[in-house]
Amino acid sequence: MYATGKYTSRGPALIPRMKTKHRIYYITLFSVVLLGLIATGMFQFWPHSIESTADWTIEKRSVHDAPLIHLPVSSPIPERGDLSCRMHTCFDVYRCGYNPKNRIKVYIYPLQKFVDELGVPISSTGLSREYNDLLSAISDSDFYTDDVTRACLFIPSIDVLNQNSLRIRETAQAFAMLPRWDKGMNHLLFNMLPGGPPDYNTALDVPRDRALLAGGGFSTWTYRQGYDVSIPVYSPLSADVELPERQPGPRRYFILSSQTAIHREYRGELERLKEENGEALLLLDKCTNLSQGAASARKRCYKGQVYDYPQILQESSFCVVLRGARLGQAALSDVLQAGCVPIILADSYILPFSEVLDWKRASVVIPEEKLSEMYSILKSIPHRQVEEMQRQARWFWEAYFSSMKAIGLTTLQIINDRIYPYAARTYEQWNNPPVVKWASVNSPLFLPLIPPRAPGFTAVVLTYDRVESLFRVITEISKVPSLAKLLVVWNNQNKSPPEGNLKKFKCPECTAIDGLSLDQTHMVERSECINKFASVFGTMPLKVVEHRADPVLYKDDFPEKLKSFPNIGSL
Amino acid sequence: MQAKKRYLILLSAGASLVLLFYLGGVELPAARSRHDRSRHGYRPDQPWPHFSDPLQPLLAWDHTDTEEYNLHVSPRQKRDVNTSVYKGKRCRMDSCFDFGLCQRNGFKVYVYPQQKGEKISESYQNILSTIEGSRFYTSDPGQACLFVLSLDTLDRDQLSPQYVHNLKTKIQNLPLWNDGRNHLIFNLYSGTWPDYTEDLGFDIGQAMLAKASISTENFRANFDVSIPLFSKEHPRTGGDRGFLKYNSIPPFRKYMLVFKGKRYLTGIGSDTRNALYHVHNAEDVVLLTTCKHGKDWQKHKDARCDKDNAEYDKYDYKEMLHNSTFCLVPRGRRLGSFRFLEALQAACVPVMLSNGWALPFSEIIDWNTAAVIGDERLLLQIPTTVRSIHQDKILSLRQQTQFLWEAYFSSVEKIVLTTLEIIQDRVQEHGSRSSLMWNSHPGGLFTLPQYSAYLGDFPFFYATLGIKPLPKFTAVIHAVSPLVSQSQPILKLLVSVGKSQYCAQIVVLWNCDKPLPAKHRWPATSVPVIVIEGENKVMSSRFLPYDTIVTDAVLSLDEDTVLSTTEVDFAFTVWQSFPERIVGYPARSHFWDSNKERWGYTSKWTNDYSMVLTGAAIYHRYYHHLYTNYLPTSLKSMVDQLANCEDILMNFLVSAVTKLPPIKVTQKKQYKETMMGQVGSSRASRWADPDHFAQRQTCMNKFASWFGAMPLVHSQMRLDPVLFKDQVSILRKKYRDIERL
Repeated sequence: MYATGKYTSRGPALIPRMKTKHRIYYITLFSVVLLGLIATGMFQFWPHSIESTADWTIEKRSVHDAPLIHLPVSSPIPERGDLSCRMHTCFDVYRCGYNPKNRIKVYIYPLQKFVDELGVPISSTGLSREYNDLLSAISDSDFYTDDVTRACLFIPSIDVLNQNSLRIRETAQAFAMLPRWDKGMNHLLFNMLPGGPPDYNTALDVPRDRALLAGGGFSTWTYRQGYDVSIPVYSPLSADVELPERQPGPRRYFILSSQTAIHREYRGELERLKEENGEALLLLDKCTNLSQGAASARKRCYKGQVYDYPQILQESSFCVVLRGARLGQAALSDVLQAGCVPIILADSYILPFSEVLDWKRASVVIPEEKLSEMYSILKSIPHRQVEEMQRQARWFWEAYFSSMKAIGLTTLQIINDRIYPYAARTYEQWNNPPVVKWASVNSPLFLPLIPPRAPGFTAVVLTYDRVESLFRVITEISKVPSLAKLLVVWNNQNKSPPEGNLKKFKCPECTAIDGLSLDQTHMVERSECINKFASVFGTMPLKVVEHRADPVLYKDDFPEKLKSFPNIGSL
Repeated sequence: MQAKKRYLILLSAGASLVLLFYLGGVELPAARSRHDRSRHGYRPDQPWPHFSDPLQPLLAWDHTDTEEYNLHVSPRQKRDVNTSVYKGKRCRMDSCFDFGLCQRNGFKVYVYPQQKGEKISESYQNILSTIEGSRFYTSDPGQACLFVLSLDTLDRDQLSPQYVHNLKTKIQNLPLWNDGRNHLIFNLYSGTWPDYTEDLGFDIGQAMLAKASISTENFRANFDVSIPLFSKEHPRTGGDRGFLKYNSIPPFRKYMLVFKGKRYLTGIGSDTRNALYHVHNAEDVVLLTTCKHGKDWQKHKDARCDKDNAEYDKYDYKEMLHNSTFCLVPRGRRLGSFRFLEALQAACVPVMLSNGWALPFSEIIDWNTAAVIGDERLLLQIPTTVRSIHQDKILSLRQQTQFLWEAYFSSVEKIVLTTLEIIQDRVQEHGSRSSLMWNSHPGGLFTLPQYSAYLGDFPFFYATLGIKPLPKFTAVIHAVSPLVSQSQPILKLLVSVGKSQYCAQIVVLWNCDKPLPAKHRWPATSVPVIVIEGENKVMSSRFLPYDTIVTDAVLSLDEDTVLSTTEVDFAFTVWQSFPERIVGYPARSHFWDSNKERWGYTSKWTNDYSMVLTGAAIYHRYYHHLYTNYLPTSLKSMVDQLANCEDILMNFLVSAVTKLPPIKVTQKKQYKETMMGQVGSSRASRWADPDHFAQRQTCMNKFASWFGAMPLVHSQMRLDPVLFKDQVSILRKKYRDIERL
């Protein structure tokens, strides 16, 4: 019934007792190895660092140095994307394999310039700044591998972010020419602006075989759930404008509409809402008196009054994000950055990263048909919820929208989570902003269970050398019916625990140090401990309560023998 | 001496290591070769070059959204085009569902009347009666938002005896069918040997499917609902609890991974089970298959059958299920199998090997928190994978299996209600549950978004969000007798409650036949007193979710309750630590009367309790909403007719939600003037009525049968102020008045 363990308070001895001869031997050996390592380290470190700083200045390259590839007219064209593709049918999981880090390896094709037989490039813009940022970020990340044979995911360097700048057929042919294309298997394409006039399809029109698509405007009919990734449309204002985070709370305006290309049917509805609700709504449009250009993109007007965009977004609780020709709108990013709660009116739109982000806590989705009811719908949302949404909105922007890097790495993490689902990031990791992560309490034993008595409990008694009081504790506690096991932790390095008949052992040198807690230094030490622990935890996790648990009939005027726990409080 | 040297060595070693890392880390051979290459202009750690030339932005500034869109396409037209194009396999809520039907009367479900001569399987009967007994049911098709057939569509395997013939014509003849629009069709089995297609054998039109074993290929996301495969024996209501009685740490069990089941030698779905023997090690990974099924198994048997069959008979399935950390759930002929629910209930973490199965309720359940989603192609890696899962994660997975089982799967009723709630969430998009509500205790069926879509308005998520409930309460006093004397208990109660530092307001619910007393008759209090005249003057009205209740906490009081300010204050501070439970004074208990084979009710002083009466209790205002909107009319009208048992019903409800007992505070047991022997001037309390007690017994049994099980939980603990009756000066005690009483 009794088990005795030995344990030193200073942690287990790192070097066991050994003979002096051995000790000298080990010390010498260790020093030699150490010196060797230091020497190697220094040797490697110095020349390398000089060289790499030199590289930074010299090795700037130009996109024009990229090798030119001519596409023959008859070059094969991939099939259109297969709508039934899923990870288990169109993705070769063997390329990813078992991996102790549970991380996929991503390869990026080197930059090439594709032209047709007449020398006309397949894209009017070539590599865009955004796609360059995206690929740089991926190549700097832990996902990156330069070894094409070990890669699980391939990213072409052909920029298809904006379909409008592409020659569809030739771009498709260029894909098919990639050395590892293999029917698009395990290839990931990034596209933010799909479709073109007049239909504006909701997914990239470039035929792409089985390639995965990270797309910025999917509808429920083009999105292959669990295969494609819905991404945001990046807003260049994310990098250009700094909007300080504002405390959640009420704002000057209730609803703000700031988009410029709103269809007249919808603008009419918004104007009607404005008439009904007056000052609560701010309805902005392009400034007609300003010339086109970067400056005009940063201004909005209402009846001749000019407002700074996106700063004005911070003055409203809710901000309208209405579909345009495309479902995905860059305005969503601006709105989130401003900590304004987006009102999303884009039927059948698959929200960015909806596979992992809980948009219900950060946005209000209203069917386009109900635009006219928007005001009353929003009024019914309690203040505290609006504040939570404002905070969530800003957090989503910071973590997942703010840069091409954030967008790219989030996409890879989502695919990574599908391939190693048992190591996937949790809902809390994806959705909780840092404030909540710090403040929230998630017990590892979260299931409400009232355990049965049968397994009983294990008593752990810590002792130094006060054997007599130890025996008293053991005697008392062993009377308890639910005691399953008693573990004595002998916390005295200098003495072996008493053996044989424990009860006859006496401890002559023990002195009574009862009233330990009254000792002044002891209290000071413990206060110091508390401060130290609180600073390490970053917060004070202890909570003060004013209650204690007693048995139901405690101190009741009731026969003691009818009480389950009659002796409580008698000590 | 020795120790000194030891530390010296450690110190020097540590210092050297620090130095070494400072100087650039221990260089590994691989990294060195990279640097060698970098000398020749190739930079592998920065393989995407830094381009020096200015690149064009993705989108020009003046090119935000195209103008031609504005001119040509009407968004309204575009919507109409979508809805007409996307039908059949491409149905979505936007194109195949009429939201208009749900706007007038809310989310109401109509069940077709059963036709004479139509046989209905027991399982389907259970589904239909669940819907008919639910708060969504309407018998008027004109009010309905969703329609459910009375024709049994559960088993569409032509070889099955349950198969209903001529469904096609029967359905086409239904006058309300309307090409299946806003219809929901339940199905467990479809297709048959050898290809097991997912086709139901009739045209479902624009109807939604609630189907088991549905594949991602056929699953129309956010339109269909994937339901679990359940057996004929699956209970209609209540259902068994999960098998996990307590958490063991470390969480490992005797076996790591087990499976026991049929092996199909050929045909669809046979590959995975045929390959299981590669992974079986007869020690902690025990994967057993048998070839003995079907009439002519001997004909097809292969070389391994005899050996496998012998091994198969050596192990007991139940024993394995209860003693394994992980349970393999490989696909059968169809994607889903009974193994899934069995493992879930047994707290054996399911390891899914069923590629392309849209997992049950995957629209709302995050299965990564309760299962390991394996890949059939990587079968051989499965043991390594499950062994690599950290024990903290196993502990969490295991608890989550139990939560999900009890929240959504343990009865046909839960499966059906979950299906309906999922569809309701789609219909009421801006008032639907967030993922956290579905995936954490107490689950979506108890977290009603009609109350609020904000997590912080519920009593369950304070810790998760790191926030606290409002530090104020609203007192609701249930008044049934007229105000005749200034010494009436209700007036004393108003004064003492009003003095509490946590009291925000007092609501007097006037459920008395006499007219409201004049305003000046109420005593002056520092907090507002709001008198509400009860509409029907029925018992249940005390739990109505009044808009005037703005605080998170409600202090519920009977008119003759006697409580001091200190007692109120103390109870409230306790409630702040347990906001999801009922905290209060008068405690009662239930017990199983084995002679009468029914539940008994007792108000005797016992060593434990399972109810805290709402005559003097604090609880979260959400329970008012739940009581009014979650409980069926049958129970509420029983309470109203008897004018009794409302407090028992509230305790049943809260314990069913929390799975925990209420909390009794301090010694106080008598809480009414009448009980204290001072017969007041008011008319005799309903408590003095001898029928009153007998009624409460009846209520208990009626409630237990509706809940499908006894939700009440006993507790032996009561919470007292920290220095309660301790031998220290009374002046040091904060709640000293409590001891004086």
